[in-house]
Amino acid sequence: MATSTAPAPAARKGPPTILLKTVVAVTGVFFVLFVLVHMYGNLQILIGTEAFDEYAHHLRTFGEPMLPEKSFLWVARILLLVSVVAHVWASMSLWRRAGQARRTRYAGKKKVSYGRFYAKAMRWGGLALLAFVVFHILHFTTQTITVDGAYPSPAERVISSFEVWWAVLLYTVAMVFLGMHLLHGIWGAAMTVGLNTSLKRAEQIRFVSIALSTIIVVGFLIPPFAIFFGFIE
Amino acid sequence: MRISLKIWRQDGPADDGRMVDYRLEEVSEDSSFLEMLDLLNEQLIDKGEEPVAFDSDCREGICGMCGVVINGEAHGPERTTTCQLHMRSFDDGDEIIIEPWRADPFPVIKDLCVDRSSFDRIIQSGGFISANTGSAPDAHATPVPKEDADRAFMAAECIGCGACVAACPNASAMLFMGSKVTHLGELPQGQPEREARVLQMTAQHDLEGFGGCTNLGECSRACPKGIPLNVISQLNADYRRAGYGGRD
Ligand code: HEM
Ligand code: SF4
Ligand code: FES
Repeated sequence: MATSTAPAPAARKGPPTILLKTVVAVTGVFFVLFVLVHMYGNLQILIGTEAFDEYAHHLRTFGEPMLPEKSFLWVARILLLVSVVAHVWASMSLWRRAGQARRTRYAGKKKVSYGRFYAKAMRWGGLALLAFVVFHILHFTTQTITVDGAYPSPAERVISSFEVWWAVLLYTVAMVFLGMHLLHGIWGAAMTVGLNTSLKRAEQIRFVSIALSTIIVVGFLIPPFAIFFGFIE
Repeated sequence: MRISLKIWRQDGPADDGRMVDYRLEEVSEDSSFLEMLDLLNEQLIDKGEEPVAFDSDCREGICGMCGVVINGEAHGPERTTTCQLHMRSFDDGDEIIIEPWRADPFPVIKDLCVDRSSFDRIIQSGGFISANTGSAPDAHATPVPKEDADRAFMAAECIGCGACVAACPNASAMLFMGSKVTHLGELPQGQPEREARVLQMTAQHDLEGFGGCTNLGECSRACPKGIPLNVISQLNADYRRAGYGGRD
């Protein structure tokens, strides 16, 4: 028998792993809620450009006269920003930890890899989403990047952009990435907060993650395609 | 059958190690994977070479001592332990790549043997119950609901082989910990130490340098005992109930 003569690995410091995972999960669930509200807002454009602009205006005047203008909007923005920083920081810390846990890689490759492709794309896919979020804000919020000119009306901005094919393509690709991230993300978040404690529960969680991801992707893609094919002008 | 082998050889913990090629003729399909390695070692000894070091004990799939990564899969292509794998699972002329469990908390001692005392330290930190010794209590003194007993038994099947860590892309030991936490946590005897158990075991897990679970499920598919992924969620649930380690 081989006895233990190997040197002990260096002890690791930092927040507990499950705590980091929980930060990723809780901020992730917060994003899902945000994204659902965002999608509801986008779909207002099907009712009409006035409804859409009014919705955008309401976001700025929400809570008035009790709250000053844009206060709700800024609270939401700051919460989201803090969550994005926490989500990315915690998931990247876990990525680094995983790398340190196996510094020598396997020479043999599995013939069948069981992990699903979308589950393996969480880290790179997540970073791609981060790049998209930055682009998206520069595009529609600050209008630093314009597809087809700048407009004061939010509905005009959206419609002018999505009459351009490459903008539709870009947003479609981004939504596919979002859908992939959520397909595994919702499942993972439920695992991490401890909801999956039986085989039946696992099935229910799978169902919810597939349903929610599909609803979100389809819901976000309806306006761009409706505009591109001329149903909304 | 004839096979070609690529085996990880490493003289000791400090050695860099390398893959070495071997060929074996006339291997019986009915021999076990470890018997195939025994055959190789006999030939190496005949030639005056150092035999390949690998671990095994019961060779019945119950002790958890054996375990190597075969063509990238922990315990090889079947859902069983390496000792219960047979050469009929391979084809004549196959190339078989054999490596040790790869995880920094499982340092290689020699060739295919790794040091799994990090698992022992995790168990010592909380994977037990405290019971008074003396005469055994009556079997029906503490009733346990059937479903709880079944789940405890399912989780208790873990033999501590470490395949879950070897298969995990993050080298996480959460399936192993989850099975211990579920096994003891489903039973009345496990309740008094339930919070302390999950906190101490996970703290030790982190200290040893294992990675964090990303809920992929590679562990559960490699596990020779088929421990389901939901024991990890149970571990997380117990950790949450214990206050995320923030409470004393
Ligand atoms: C801003 C850029 C983003 C980055 C860099 C990022 C990165 C990550 C990473 C690396 C994980 C961990 C994956 C794993 O453990 O397998 C993760 C999980 C998750 N993400 Fe994101 N993500 C981003 C945006 C989003 C968005 C916009 C949403 C929701 C709409 C979201 C929802 C989730 C959820 C629900 C999880 C699951 C948490 C868990 O596994 O416990 N993420 N993200
Ligand atoms: S959970 Fe399965 S793979 Fe992991 S140590 Fe236990 S028996 Fe081995
Ligand atoms: S040698 Fe005991 S399980 Fe394989």
